[in-house]
Amino acid sequence: MKRFARYLVFYSALIGIWFLLAKLKVWPPYVFPTPQGVLESLWAGFSDHSFWIAIGVSMKRMLLGYSLSVILGMVLGLGVASNKFLEQTVGGLLVSLQSLPSICWLPLAVLWFGLTEKAILFVVVMGSLLSVTIAMETGRQQMPKIYGMAGRNLGARGFPLFWYVLLPASLPYIVSGLKQGWAFAWRSLISGEMIFVSLGLGQMLMMGRDLNDMSLVIAVMILIVAIGYIVDGLVFRTIERRLQQKWGLTPAT
Amino acid sequence: MPHPSAETKASAKVSLQGISLSYKANGGTHLLALEDINLKVNPGEFVCVVGPSGCGKSTLLHLIAGLQQPSSGKVLIDDKAVEGPGTDRILIFQERGLFPWLTVVGNVAFGLKTKGISKAERQEKIQYYLRLVHLGKFKDSYIHQLSGGMRQRVALARALATEPDVLLMDEPFAALDAQTRDLLHDELERIWAETGRTIIFVTHNVREAVRLGDRVVLFTFRPGRVKREFLIGLPRPRHLEDVAVAKTAREILDDLREEINKSLEAEYSHEAVR
Repeated sequence: MKRFARYLVFYSALIGIWFLLAKLKVWPPYVFPTPQGVLESLWAGFSDHSFWIAIGVSMKRMLLGYSLSVILGMVLGLGVASNKFLEQTVGGLLVSLQSLPSICWLPLAVLWFGLTEKAILFVVVMGSLLSVTIAMETGRQQMPKIYGMAGRNLGARGFPLFWYVLLPASLPYIVSGLKQGWAFAWRSLISGEMIFVSLGLGQMLMMGRDLNDMSLVIAVMILIVAIGYIVDGLVFRTIERRLQQKWGLTPAT
Repeated sequence: MPHPSAETKASAKVSLQGISLSYKANGGTHLLALEDINLKVNPGEFVCVVGPSGCGKSTLLHLIAGLQQPSSGKVLIDDKAVEGPGTDRILIFQERGLFPWLTVVGNVAFGLKTKGISKAERQEKIQYYLRLVHLGKFKDSYIHQLSGGMRQRVALARALATEPDVLLMDEPFAALDAQTRDLLHDELERIWAETGRTIIFVTHNVREAVRLGDRVVLFTFRPGRVKREFLIGLPRPRHLEDVAVAKTAREILDDLREEINKSLEAEYSHEAVR
């Protein structure tokens, strides 16, 4: 309750300052919108369904791109973790590639796939693939060895050993990488969507720019942050906490 | 009581022939962990292995389980060489060997599934073995919801359910409080008597070894060698507080103390170098 009160005070103050600055009319509204303007844009966007459509389109891309990169990252990460040579060569390359902002893949994607859905998906996958791969790799390394031994001891080997023992055993160590991968994918998606008429939230932002509608721009930005927070802060953090508790990494409450 | 002697004609359940194990320590020097271990364990025998920490007694269990290969020598089960893990020999780890993502039933079912046992038969066995370790009421609990003693009982049930000929136990009760341990000693002795399994039980607790074993094998400190074997002819059921148990443990402990001192010396000299 106390935390909630603190949030309330902080955000009221923030909006209050914003309101006052807008009221002073130092800048024109297309440079600095009023809180009411943004609220109206939010309202209008939801009531004419354009926001719902944009969210739907973006989330669909996210799910597709993210699932792809989780599957690919799983295969890559385990491949890298299973072999010392690959670990030193490919593993090193992956880490250095991670310093490349995912939007840098966009020119390449557009040349390969044109201004298409595939180009956006490519950027999303490239944005999160590396985090997921590295997470898988470190997950396999950090996982207590005893689980693998216990699994083999009970007669599991090959794929069943991986699927029923090694993968679940490393989940708590992987999940933070999956979370990071999601955040990167989300960022990449929004950037990728800005490039052409893609119907997603990213394009919504560009539309606001084209129409000199700053309220819309801010409204969409708020939306992007909100969705990011919900998935990252609520979904992933809850999963993470549950896993850690169940795996005995934190004392049960 | 069937008394083992190394030269009996009856074929041994587990036979270790000239087992040595060395591995590379950091710095490239070879560290000899086990040296020329020769040991025969008869079918249905309960053998306890004691020794100071660092004598390689846990490693020995890993070798028998097939999770690790010896540098030289052979592990034979029913006169057949061990080449890898198998459900005829199940190892019970000191801790954390249970799968936290599965319920108690899921854990016990795991080995049965890999053996390809049908669902109906599986359920029957799970029920039987959970009842054997008195965990029937907790079958749907997850591991983190159980106490230390209950976890060890799940591990026992999981191992027994695959109906292995040989149970390998690696200090399974070391982390438990005295009362729980006493209780589990009784249960283990009862289950052993009921199922007739061969058990190799590693511990650093001599009294526990005398309490449980038909035979106690004393290991030297690094490299681990068989220093001496003691036949424990005391009548069962035994108790940890029995005078006879204490007296026998005392004799073994006198021999063990020498090895413990060596391990302590090694530890201190290590610290001095640092």
